Amino acid sequence: MNDQQALYQYLLLLGDSPMILGHRLSELCGHGPSLETDIALTNISLDLFGQVRNYFQYAAKVQAEGKSEDDIAFLRLAHEHRNVLLTEQPNTDFAHVIGRQMFFDTFHQLLLEALRDSKDEQIAAIAHKSLKEVKYHTRFSSEWVKRLGDGTAESHRRMQDALDHLWPYAGELVQESPLEKQMKQQGIGADLEQIRPLYWERVNAILREATLEVPENSWFQAGGKKGIHTEHLGYILSDLQYMQRAYPNMSW
Amino acid sequence: MSNSLENLEQSFQDRIDRGEKIEPKDWMPDRYRKTHIRQISQHAHSEIVGMLPEGNWITRAPSLRRKVALLAKVQDEAGHGLYLYSATETLGITRDELTEQLLAGKAKYSSIFNYPTLSWADIGAIGWLVDGAAIINQVMLTRTSFGPYARAMVRICKEESFHQRQGFEIMLTLCRGTEAQKQMAQYALDRWWWPCLMMFGPPDAESTHTEQSMKWKIKLKTNDELRQQMVDQTVPQAELLGLTIPDPHLKWNESRGHYDFGEIDWDEFWRVVKGNGPCNKERLEARRKAWEEGAWVREAALAYAEKEAERTAVSAAV
Repeated sequence: MNDQQALYQYLLLLGDSPMILGHRLSELCGHGPSLETDIALTNISLDLFGQVRNYFQYAAKVQAEGKSEDDIAFLRLAHEHRNVLLTEQPNTDFAHVIGRQMFFDTFHQLLLEALRDSKDEQIAAIAHKSLKEVKYHTRFSSEWVKRLGDGTAESHRRMQDALDHLWPYAGELVQESPLEKQMKQQGIGADLEQIRPLYWERVNAILREATLEVPENSWFQAGGKKGIHTEHLGYILSDLQYMQRAYPNMSW
Repeated sequence: MSNSLENLEQSFQDRIDRGEKIEPKDWMPDRYRKTHIRQISQHAHSEIVGMLPEGNWITRAPSLRRKVALLAKVQDEAGHGLYLYSATETLGITRDELTEQLLAGKAKYSSIFNYPTLSWADIGAIGWLVDGAAIINQVMLTRTSFGPYARAMVRICKEESFHQRQGFEIMLTLCRGTEAQKQMAQYALDRWWWPCLMMFGPPDAESTHTEQSMKWKIKLKTNDELRQQMVDQTVPQAELLGLTIPDPHLKWNESRGHYDFGEIDWDEFWRVVKGNGPCNKERLEARRKAWEEGAWVREAALAYAEKEAERTAVSAAV
């Protein structure tokens, strides 16, 4: 892969996780447990899609094949997506939504902090701008983990169940793929080796404060970064891509 | 006693006639309070239920730009709901009680949201027509007598007119697009036109609340006047889009200076109001599900807040 192709793929990797997570959150719009949480989750979804647009507009430019952000967002096959499996996990209940969000936000904040120093000015600028939003996401999701973990007996049980389910998907975020290694070496990508201990430290601190048990399993599911996904992704894409597939080559 | 009550009512009415706003802590007749609880909460419920038909297309929006705009729009509606519930709460009722009334079928919401959104063009049609009709109602309400309601309307109207422009722009894009897109737009107009005219309520002759509502400035124009305004403002817009309004009797009447239009199917209107529209059950079911499945979350938040308050009290005591 030449440098330009690698950068393009890295931008997909940066944009796909927010896109799929933003999609999952957007499924909840109008169905939240309270108006306040509904508004907050929609807001996070909006922020994530805003970031996706920044990454994909830039990716389209890098690719230089005359494609648009929408071509990139809506017209790739499942195996061409680079998002982590965590983001595909369904909205089983509010505890799952919050748990998924907490893992992602904790990582996302560290990632963006690192990407602010990227040699690629465009990526650094996107990271700088997104970080402000993501700090709020982190606060929102970690506070809710605490609220649910240390709330009632039922909320504690549900939060622990969600955590146990999501845990195997929590490691992929900080597992370095060959592409990420290449981008790190070029000074463009973030160094996941450095992020990893901080990530686990923060996650553990949140769980401790939330009176939740850290699951013992240390084996993690992975594959998303190289395009091998869970069965959920196909269904996500059939919604996401529906219009573009049913009515190809039109302006909206 | 009755004399002093009459005096109170008279001076209350005088205040309204002078154009003063009534504030939550002011004295008000019981009927005024009840009417406002009913109407403002009905409005709030409409915002919340109204999130559902449009929310139906968020995951399938055709472009990132449209998706973000739609998400933001539906989020605005949640904000309007929140704002209106707060205005209702100033009259001495809680949001939880109002929600229970909605779920029990005791409180109404705008019937328009009992119709399904079957294509992407419906999102455009809702913005253009449903929000268009809502604005006609709401602009009038910015001058209503109850302060919190009037102020809520000022803010809401600003966002609604943005939504309406957005909806019209979706329609315009479709109508300038391919044949398939234009057809999608026409089908959407065909389905939404008549229900939108019904949004202004029954004809004046059958409207039960009009006279009292006008005295309290909840209404400044009658249902039929507002409906006429809707038709008059929409016909040229449809012409600009190149779409056909599905009414063979629609015709400019030179002597009235208005468009004449065909007979509204009031049987359909009452059928939907009474619960037998295409999506009444689905809409209430979705709200009930969110409310019931969210119960443990709301309880957890409350329990945690109490623990936090205790912890703060203990650490303050030490």
